[in-house]
Amino acid sequence: MSTEGGAPPFSSADVRRQDAAPGPLPNPPPQAGEGYVAGSIDADLIARRSRTVRRRRLVIYALRVLFAVFWLGSWELSTRLNWVDPFFVGQPSGVITRLWTWITEGTALGPLWFQAAVTMEEAVLGFLVGSGLGIVFGILLGRIELLAEVLSPFIKAANAIPRVVLGSLFAIMFGLSVWGKASTAVVLVFFVVFFNAFQGVREVDRNLVANARILGADNRRLTTEIIIPSAMSWILASLHISFGLAIVGAVVGELFGATAGLGQLIYNAGHTFDVNGVFAGMFVLAVLALIAEGLISALENRLIKWRPSRVSGEVPI
Amino acid sequence: MAGAAIELRAVTKRFATPNGGIYTALHDLTMEVAPGEFCAVVGPTGCGKSTTLALISGLERPSAGEVAVMGKPVNGIPDGIGYVFQTDAVFPWKSVLENVAAGPRYRGTPGGEARAQAREWISRVGLAGFEDRYPYQLSGGMRKRVGLAQSLINGPRILLMDEPFSALDVQTRTLMENELLTLWSSTSASVVFVTHDLEEAIALADRVFLLTAGPGTVKGTFEVDLPRPRNVAEIRFQPRFAQIYEAIWNQLRDEVLVSYERQKHASAV
Repeated sequence: MSTEGGAPPFSSADVRRQDAAPGPLPNPPPQAGEGYVAGSIDADLIARRSRTVRRRRLVIYALRVLFAVFWLGSWELSTRLNWVDPFFVGQPSGVITRLWTWITEGTALGPLWFQAAVTMEEAVLGFLVGSGLGIVFGILLGRIELLAEVLSPFIKAANAIPRVVLGSLFAIMFGLSVWGKASTAVVLVFFVVFFNAFQGVREVDRNLVANARILGADNRRLTTEIIIPSAMSWILASLHISFGLAIVGAVVGELFGATAGLGQLIYNAGHTFDVNGVFAGMFVLAVLALIAEGLISALENRLIKWRPSRVSGEVPI
Repeated sequence: MAGAAIELRAVTKRFATPNGGIYTALHDLTMEVAPGEFCAVVGPTGCGKSTTLALISGLERPSAGEVAVMGKPVNGIPDGIGYVFQTDAVFPWKSVLENVAAGPRYRGTPGGEARAQAREWISRVGLAGFEDRYPYQLSGGMRKRVGLAQSLINGPRILLMDEPFSALDVQTRTLMENELLTLWSSTSASVVFVTHDLEEAIALADRVFLLTAGPGTVKGTFEVDLPRPRNVAEIRFQPRFAQIYEAIWNQLRDEVLVSYERQKHASAV
């Protein structure tokens, strides 16, 4: 691997970015001062437009429900008619019954909320530590060229390891404590956030940097007022994927040694051939992950209010 | 000339190209700008106009020759420099008010006072009422006004402008050119205004520098003895304007042809 000729030490292939970059947008929003006052004809058009939008949203919700009914219904039906054996593939009604027993009577490992809390504690700790380290190292290496060139082969090598296997190592190092699992989450989260923060720093508009320097910004101001805000949209984009990875880390960590947690619960269910229990555990994990995703989106919207909000449900009249 | 605001003496600037070659942007360029003078720099595409500004601002260092601003050799960004960029360089995550207040804050003015100054400049460039907007909520012309206020608030003695209005539509552009002249007349700043538009150069400047096709060097300088205050929209109809235009164009035409031939060859390779 060579990093000569000013090539960045990390290629863009290292970066997983799912969000749009700030900058020129394909559909600029109506610009202030260029709008016009809506007359009566416009009022009519606007009313028609909002009706169209509402109708479209209803259709989409209806289709979603229809899809879920078809999917779960065909699963339930095929197992009831014994086309496939519910012992191997589970059964929606069985999953719901299992969930209900877990909620009302608790699981084999104790109350359900406690399992969820244990896993969430591990995932949140891993997420916070991993993304914190990722942001700090990403910005440091992005700003200090020498550091990036010296460390890049080590970071690439570390990134190439299938990191979940480190879970067994952490189980030895930290035993059954929360850090055994959180550490697995940390190593999964760190690299994703690190590469995004690094790339975000590298992609800062050179014009903005030049402008800030001319206006009198010193290096510290440049970092806090230009580099970090600019890299923030990259970093926040990576946080969306990261929380999912933190949950993966926590669950995998629990497989290597735990007394409680949703991962342990799923593992137990698998060992007792309780397929419905595995699905029920997955369902709880999915719900928690979706809630976390919602929280991160809310954080993103708060932090990046300078970016035009994406127009959803845009429908031609 | 003693006491020149800007001096470039036998300046050469080379860049390393990505494929290992060397590209000479400027070759043996000498120019001087007097305090309070409005200079325009014109030349064909790729003749190193922008590089000239980068050298004066200290963003780039010359490969050979000397650059001095206010009699002092340029080493880092000189005091009293303002720079209006070709593309948008306002900070998208800052409101109009924070964008304009950035300069004074970076230079150590307390936040409250910086914002008070910023409000004044925002109304001076005609954006009163837009203090809390973000750049994405503004039109291109309005963003340019923010950029102007952002530079002028620092009271620059030298204002560098790199094709600042090239992205604007013709009407907005004429409007902005007039406003620039009004704002400039209330300061004592020297201006170096880079443009590829000869009409714009003559309408605005006291003196026009014509650069050769790259590597750029000064081919000629032309005094623009049109009276001030000027109205950019109407000054084009004066016979003197046409004379000056013709004189410069006669020389610029050859350079444009050279530059055009080169581009054709470059794209044919």
